Amino acid sequence: MKKVINESNRVVEEMIEGFLAAYGRYYRKVPGVKGIVRQEKQDKVAVVIGGGSGHEPMFLGFAGEGLADGVAIGNVFAAPTPDTVYEVAKAADSGKGVLFVYGNYAGDVLNFDMGAELAENEGIATKTVLVTDDVASAPPERRGERRGIAGDVLVIKIAGAAAANGLDLEEVTRLAKKANDNTRSIGVALTPGSIPDTGTPTFTLPEDEIEFGMGIHGEPGVKRTKLMKADELTDHMLQAVLEDLPFQAGDEVCVLINGLGSTTLMELLIVHRRVSHVLADRGITVYDSDVNSFCTTQEMGGFSITLMKLDEELKKYYNYPAYSPFYAKQRLGE
Amino acid sequence: MIGALSIQQTKELFAYLAEQFAKNKAFLTEIDSAIGDGDHGIGMALGFARAAEVLAEKDCETVNDVFHHAGMAMLGSMGGASGVIFGTMFMGGAKRTGPFGQLDLEALTALFSSSLEAIKQRGKAELGDKTMIDAYEPAVCALRQCCERAQTLLEGLQVAEEKAREGMEQTKAYQAKFGRAKSLGERAVGHQDAGATSVWLIFRSMREWVERIGG
Repeated sequence: MKKVINESNRVVEEMIEGFLAAYGRYYRKVPGVKGIVRQEKQDKVAVVIGGGSGHEPMFLGFAGEGLADGVAIGNVFAAPTPDTVYEVAKAADSGKGVLFVYGNYAGDVLNFDMGAELAENEGIATKTVLVTDDVASAPPERRGERRGIAGDVLVIKIAGAAAANGLDLEEVTRLAKKANDNTRSIGVALTPGSIPDTGTPTFTLPEDEIEFGMGIHGEPGVKRTKLMKADELTDHMLQAVLEDLPFQAGDEVCVLINGLGSTTLMELLIVHRRVSHVLADRGITVYDSDVNSFCTTQEMGGFSITLMKLDEELKKYYNYPAYSPFYAKQRLGE
Repeated sequence: MIGALSIQQTKELFAYLAEQFAKNKAFLTEIDSAIGDGDHGIGMALGFARAAEVLAEKDCETVNDVFHHAGMAMLGSMGGASGVIFGTMFMGGAKRTGPFGQLDLEALTALFSSSLEAIKQRGKAELGDKTMIDAYEPAVCALRQCCERAQTLLEGLQVAEEKAREGMEQTKAYQAKFGRAKSLGERAVGHQDAGATSVWLIFRSMREWVERIGG
């Protein structure tokens, strides 16, 4: 596939250089590792996120006001190294501890756990909340094994807001976990993405087929079906998400429609149109929505639908303003 | 027939591993793409390249030093699950055994036996989970048996390579319990595990290197 890159083994370094050249007013590099932190250290619990590159703006783009404080950045589709996690945690910590939030993948867990051990050895208190929103990746009885996909956005939003409100590490952790417990997603893939190093597609799909439940690294999903019209496809996806929590009449939810790379905003908006109709029919109130590409897989075609069920407490933190160059939310509610 | 590698030859072994993994990058990536995310070959090639680079600059007094620096270089450069697991494969035993002044069968067996335990502790995988353990554990068992029979380094590596290959082949029959293939269930069956394949490539390359030195 055609890519706008220089050296294939320098894409991550050059991406970070470019990010800081653009947004150095808000962020600085963590010396010696592929990590960034907010320019000004805040006197509060630090939220540190991270994962493989190639999903931009996730994770790099979710540090900011009311969001994360630091990002540990991995190679393309690979977890960051333990020393990266450790250095970012150290750079972000203000003495009030660090909450790690990231998607539940074996590599991320291994590396973040080692990084957390190194930080604990230095006297930094740490907690971890794994995002496990992808309903396609394991049945409900093994929910803890599920992957994290675009639900990262909402969990980071709540964790960031809780930390910004001055809550302690226990409370920020509890709220991030609560956000995750109330969040469900499912994705579909239409066309493959590629790894910049090889330039080759990560999987093949016949022109008229889609993969239901495919992961954000191109991991195979749960089944292949014929391509459907947007409304029919959205109905199938919503069904899987709605029955899982389950979401019921009277519930109030946030909706996130996430493009995986090459699916256009036009298509995502068409999906959201249908989502809003179905939820209205079921008596579920949409409190707020976001439609964009937040957690991508290079030029992969497809999208995911995420719902987070709100209660008064989650709503309070969801309402708190957030800002990064790639995600912004003004103060909502009262 | 050669019975041991010197410190220098052990360092050069990693340069050979780097060469072999660079060659097999596309092959490993293809295997990984079938049931994972397709970056395994890239990570392994990067890790061994970095290990060879670091070793070229480091003074090492023991085999343990060589393995430790190689493992650290992999851990610090690769990321992903493979960074921790394959980093631990080399550094996991280095601090707990020896020190060894040369890499003979006894040293290799001690280093890898110890790192096998470290990997299992860290990654929580057991035989049959469709991970690198399926190739590594039988290979390490083979090293132990050969060691007890006082066989040579080359003989030990030949048997270990064969056991790793068998273990790798057997992963085709398994469903995955770890990593990104986990959600596939039955669909992972028929595909070999990429990590197990790397273990086999490591033993194959080590055997080739010892043959080369000996020849």
